[in-house]
This record gives sequence, structure tokens and C-alpha cells, in this order.
Amino acid sequence: MIIGQIKDGIVLDHITAGRSMEIYNILNLDKLDCTVAMIQNADSVKMGKKDIIKISTLMDLNFDVLGYLDAGITVNIIRDGKVTERRHLTLPQRVVGVIKCKNPRCITSAEHSLIHEFKLTDPKNKIYRCIYCEHKAE
Amino acid sequence: MQNLINITDLSPDELSGLIATAEDIIANPMKYANACQHKKLATLFFEPSTRTRLSFEAAMYELGGQVLGFSEASSSSTSKGESVADTVRVVGCYADIIAMRHPKEGAPIAAARTAGVPLINAGDGGHNHPTQTLADLLTIWRERRTFENLTVGLCGDLKFGRTVHSLVQAMARYAGVKFVFISPEELRIPKYILTDYLDPAGIPYQEVTSMEEAMPNLDILYMTRVQKERFFNEADYVRLKDTYILTPEKLTNAKQDLVIMHPLPRVNEISVDVDSDPRAHYFDQVKNGKYMRMALILKMLEVNV
Repeated sequence: MIIGQIKDGIVLDHITAGRSMEIYNILNLDKLDCTVAMIQNADSVKMGKKDIIKISTLMDLNFDVLGYLDAGITVNIIRDGKVTERRHLTLPQRVVGVIKCKNPRCITSAEHSLIHEFKLTDPKNKIYRCIYCEHKAE
Repeated sequence: MQNLINITDLSPDELSGLIATAEDIIANPMKYANACQHKKLATLFFEPSTRTRLSFEAAMYELGGQVLGFSEASSSSTSKGESVADTVRVVGCYADIIAMRHPKEGAPIAAARTAGVPLINAGDGGHNHPTQTLADLLTIWRERRTFENLTVGLCGDLKFGRTVHSLVQAMARYAGVKFVFISPEELRIPKYILTDYLDPAGIPYQEVTSMEEAMPNLDILYMTRVQKERFFNEADYVRLKDTYILTPEKLTNAKQDLVIMHPLPRVNEISVDVDSDPRAHYFDQVKNGKYMRMALILKMLEVNV
């Protein structure tokens, strides 16, 4: 399968196989009017199988959100057909406004204007907890 | 400006400073009688409480200050739909310091952002209760003169027992402390307390169901009430409420210098027959709570005596 080369845009590489649709939705890529290609289960020497998303425009990405979703992703920024920047993601210390606290006893369940915020408490096991009630992110 | 949301907001050195102040208040109460003259404490209790609210109020009065506030959510603007952040922001315009209790976990964090004055968490749902822990720590200190090398047994509702969560976080910072968590399966200590506070520090703990088996090893026995208000299902409460009842017979194998504690109110989890045992210190905790709240108010208002 041949996917055209990007002149100016972003390639999200090394996405864990099967997770590209979730990332596509959370980044609201369906709202873009440029070409977006999503490749699932591509062969990978490093990972066996991987997903890739190619976006044919330069846009601001929330690296914290991406890092939370899949810290193994490599972000390639393409300008004039060349990779000008390559960024390896890490787990963010905080995740703000992306996931919701499921604890019915948490203040966020009663006051809907509060922005849900989670902090990384266990990097080894990738555990985030609500900054209000300390409930684990699900 | 400093807030007290979680007991770990205070370093061990700061805790030692509060204990030293509290002991000085006990020894020289008149020295502090006008320390907070012209200062106002607001007690905002969105959830009913008797002892904690009265303890804060007594503490402020004994410092020569004044008190305003409400004792249930229905008499506050939250009953009209106001957010806790807005309520606290308004009260912060009237008071110099706020003590707040709220049924929802984490509410004090949201409130502290807008209060504009120091805010003390006086209990947030089943989450934390740092000023009860201050009372607990002073009680342990006055009985043992150390926090180190103690085996601390916590018994009862360890899941929703906010005083338990705060006490464990506080005691986990002292060398040689061991914990024994005694509870029914359904009310075990939350996993995050173990994984976030005890495991990384290598602090030994056991989770058991038998109070009698644990008893001989304990230096501290911290009993708790199974709290009806924390259950969504009354049948679960009824099934679990009488799991542990401390009686003189169950203390037969306990150490002679065991310190028996309870944050109160008790229902029936400690028999009244235990009250006359010299090892029972739960009413000392009440007095100690007032002194530690006095010390805390002085610290947060930056009043030097």
C-alpha cells in the first residue's frame, strides 16, 4: 500500500498497534480539512506491529495528551518534504481536561465547572490519580 | 499563604513545631489568651459535625479570636446552587482564616484556589482529615514521646475512614514504623495508600482480619467507626457495622503500654467498659485536638506569641 509523501505536516509514528483510532478521535483529527492517513498494523522491526498517522498540515499538538495516551509515539515534523524535528514523548506529569474522574464521591462529580486534572503518581506502572480525590484514572 | 489540605502539607519539622506550641499552650494557656484578638475564623461545614466544628470554635475563642460560619449545607448558598469556590471566595472577604468540611473528596483543593485566606481542610468525605491527625499525633507524642519504632494497628473502616488515611500518611514518615491494617475485606485500606505512600518507602505493613491475633504486637490501636453516611447501600452498612468491638477481654494479650485511640464519635466499636482502662486515650484526643488546632491557627495566621 502506498501513502503519498507529505510536504508539510506531521507523522505520528510508533503508535501501539490498535490505538490510532483513539488518538485520531482525541486529537479531533476528523475536524481537519486536509488529508489524514491512518495506517494500522504496519510492520515494525522494533515493535512487530505499529500504527501510524500522517497529517498533511502543520498544527499544534498537545504533547502531554499524546504522551499520556501512548508515550512510545515518535512525532516527526515535516517541512519541505524533510523531517526537521523528531520528538520522542514521555509520560506527562499532569493531564488536564482529557480524562474524567469516575469517583462519584469526588468534588468533580458535583461541580461540573471544575476541570478534571490528573497527576502521575507511579511512572513505572503509568498510574495517574485525580488531583482532588486521588482516585486512579480509568 | 499556607493551606492545610493534606497532613503531608506539613513537614515533620513543622509538625514538631506545632506539637511544641501545643504543649506550651497546655502549660501556659493565659499566654495565648489574646493572641488572635481581632481575628476571625470562618467554620464552613457543608456536612454536619459536632466535635470538629466545636473544637475549631473553642480553639479560636481560647486564642481571643471570633468565629462565624454555618454548620450545614442547607444554611449556605450552596443550597441555591453556588459553587464551593464562590462560597469560599465570599467568606474569604469576611474572615482571616477558614476551616471547611465538605462531603465531597477534594473539595478543599477547589476551595483553596479562591479563598484568598488560609484554608484548613476539616474533613473531605472519606478522603482526609488532617486536623484529626494533628490531635492523634499529639496524643501519641504525649504518651510515647516519640513517633519512631511503633507498631500501629488501625481497625475497622479503613476504606472510608479519612482519619486513618491521614494518620498513615503522617506516621509513614517516621523511622521504624510498622502498620497492621485490621478490617473486613470490603473495608480494606485504599490501594493508593499502600502503593503511593508505603511501598515506595519500604514501610512494612500487614492486612489482617483478626483483631485478637494482631493485638499482642501493637503499640497503638486506632479504632474507627463504620460510617453509615459513607455507604450507598444500607444493607452493606448493617452487615459490616459490628465487625469489630473492642472489649476488656480482647485486651488481655495487649501490651501494658498500648495506646488505645479513636477519632470519635464511637457507636459500639469500643465497649464503655474499656473507658476506665488507663490505656484508653480517646478522650485525651479530643482535648489534644483543640490544642493542636490552636497551634495550627497561630501558625497559619503567622501570629507569634
